[in-house]
Amino acid sequence: MTGNGSDSVAAHDVMIKGVTLCPGEGSGPPLFLAQPLSFWGGADRSTGMIIDTHHPQHGALLAGTVLMMDASRGSSSSSSVLAEQLRAGVGPAAIVLTARDAIVALGVLAAAELYGSTTPVVLLSPMDAATLRNSLSVRPAVPSTGQTRVLVTAHADGSAVVVLQLQTPRQGQP
Amino acid sequence: MSPEASTAGRSCILTDEETAMLDGRRGPGTAMAMRMVVALAGVLDADRLIPVHNAHIDSCLYHGQAGLDFAQKLVVLGARVSVPTTLNVSSLDLMHPGLVRLPPEEAVPARALMDAYRALGARATWTCAPYQTLERPALGEDIAWAESNAIVFANSVLGARTERYGDFIDICAAITGRVPHAGLHLSERRVPTLELDCSELSPQLLGHEAGWAALGGVVGRIAGSRVPLLTGIDPALIDEDKLKAFGATAASSGGLALFHVAGSTPEARAARWKSAPERAFITPAMVREIRDELTTAGVADRLDTVALGTPHFSLSEFGKLGALVGDQPTFAKSCTVWISTSREVLGQAQEAGLAPLVEARGARIVVDTCTYVTPILGPEERSVMTPSGKWAWYAPMNLGVQVIFGTLEECVASAVAGKVVRHDWQWE
Repeated sequence: MTGNGSDSVAAHDVMIKGVTLCPGEGSGPPLFLAQPLSFWGGADRSTGMIIDTHHPQHGALLAGTVLMMDASRGSSSSSSVLAEQLRAGVGPAAIVLTARDAIVALGVLAAAELYGSTTPVVLLSPMDAATLRNSLSVRPAVPSTGQTRVLVTAHADGSAVVVLQLQTPRQGQP
Repeated sequence: MSPEASTAGRSCILTDEETAMLDGRRGPGTAMAMRMVVALAGVLDADRLIPVHNAHIDSCLYHGQAGLDFAQKLVVLGARVSVPTTLNVSSLDLMHPGLVRLPPEEAVPARALMDAYRALGARATWTCAPYQTLERPALGEDIAWAESNAIVFANSVLGARTERYGDFIDICAAITGRVPHAGLHLSERRVPTLELDCSELSPQLLGHEAGWAALGGVVGRIAGSRVPLLTGIDPALIDEDKLKAFGATAASSGGLALFHVAGSTPEARAARWKSAPERAFITPAMVREIRDELTTAGVADRLDTVALGTPHFSLSEFGKLGALVGDQPTFAKSCTVWISTSREVLGQAQEAGLAPLVEARGARIVVDTCTYVTPILGPEERSVMTPSGKWAWYAPMNLGVQVIFGTLEECVASAVAGKVVRHDWQWE
């Protein structure tokens, strides 16, 4: 594995291989969505807040998170809303999916084309996504050492790595 | 870039012409569009690209600066559409300035977005129902359409082939004339996998568009990612307005992009499909349950508004409305009847004398846009009756209004009375 994130991978971190849907690199605290989200109508385009009142994570902020969900749902206008959030700097830092979700990918691809953003989108098998989720719930962040972070690196050759980092990075994290 | 564009999973093989587009020999605008198409092919794990005959663009509805930046960048880079391209509704009614109550900070970029898409060579059609008059692709034709109701109509009622395209990729497909060889372009993905037996539904329940819209809500919820085949429906009960209402609700509530009706829709007729591996039954109670779910207001409430034409009102729907209002008094002054339609259909309805007839009763006509996507209703219009499942699905969220979902006959009777009138026999 290459990239900025590799220096701080410790032995007890959880590392999972995936497939690149959109290349890039990003890290942040994990945000697992219990239900699929429609960005259009479901998330505010200027604040990145989940505003769908039916969504169990209503009120959560997408900004800077590693967003993990099976797929988005609903209107294809969601691509525009996601691209607009990335433009405004209130979008997720990385997105991890279990389905080849064109609507999410197109929002990210458009933002990359327009603004040079490098938000990675990674496809995991449902089993690997469950492993990641379980690792998080079994070993929550240690309050004294800081927040749990997820590092996502999606290479242009198609290989991708998701690292769940259960300790505060020692050094050099962006 | 080599003919094998690097993508996730496997390689997408490009033709010489596609490679020329990608590496800039057809201009920088075409190259930008091709980068998006090839990247999507990677996301979808497609092995190659295929040509499309036409495109329908939904990106012309303003959702923020990014959408405008994307269109204007394509314009600046000199891109042009390479196939006939129609445009979906915008946020503005250019024929009736002042009707849309958008603040200038939204109206100005919304107008700039419309101008950008025209500059790219798309036709200023501004309708979500291009299939009514403008663009009727043939059975088996590959097309690139956006807008969920247009997608499901083209796939199901016309038998053309489109994946669920949306923002950004619709215009890139129109410029390159290519889409990934994936999804509903593949014959094997179009075969019905779920039979929905509708033989318990009565002719009166299937006799109006609202009944079909509610049925669409049921099917959208049940089908999931499966392709449904409706069986047990007399083809004589079916027309394009009903299939439009069905598809629009199934697409907005459940994401349906393709359905078949045994003995009626073109692919079902050609393949003589009569059943599918899985089977379920639709009951009249399930249809009425959706009607009640789409109704958020108390039916005893006063009625401020009736909203018709989502998706855009057809000429035959103008005819049905004209017949209903013909022997009725004028609509109540306290109740505004809005009709959303295309310029094309409005022209035909004016020629046929139908538009003047309904306007004389008090109806107000909106073109280029739709009453649920942009602020047209006044602040005093709080309770709205509609026969559109799609309007009923989105408007409470978009506009904060209360909705009563009912048949066109119920809507007309209610608009005349100024309060909600139910015809329960239509739902039995």
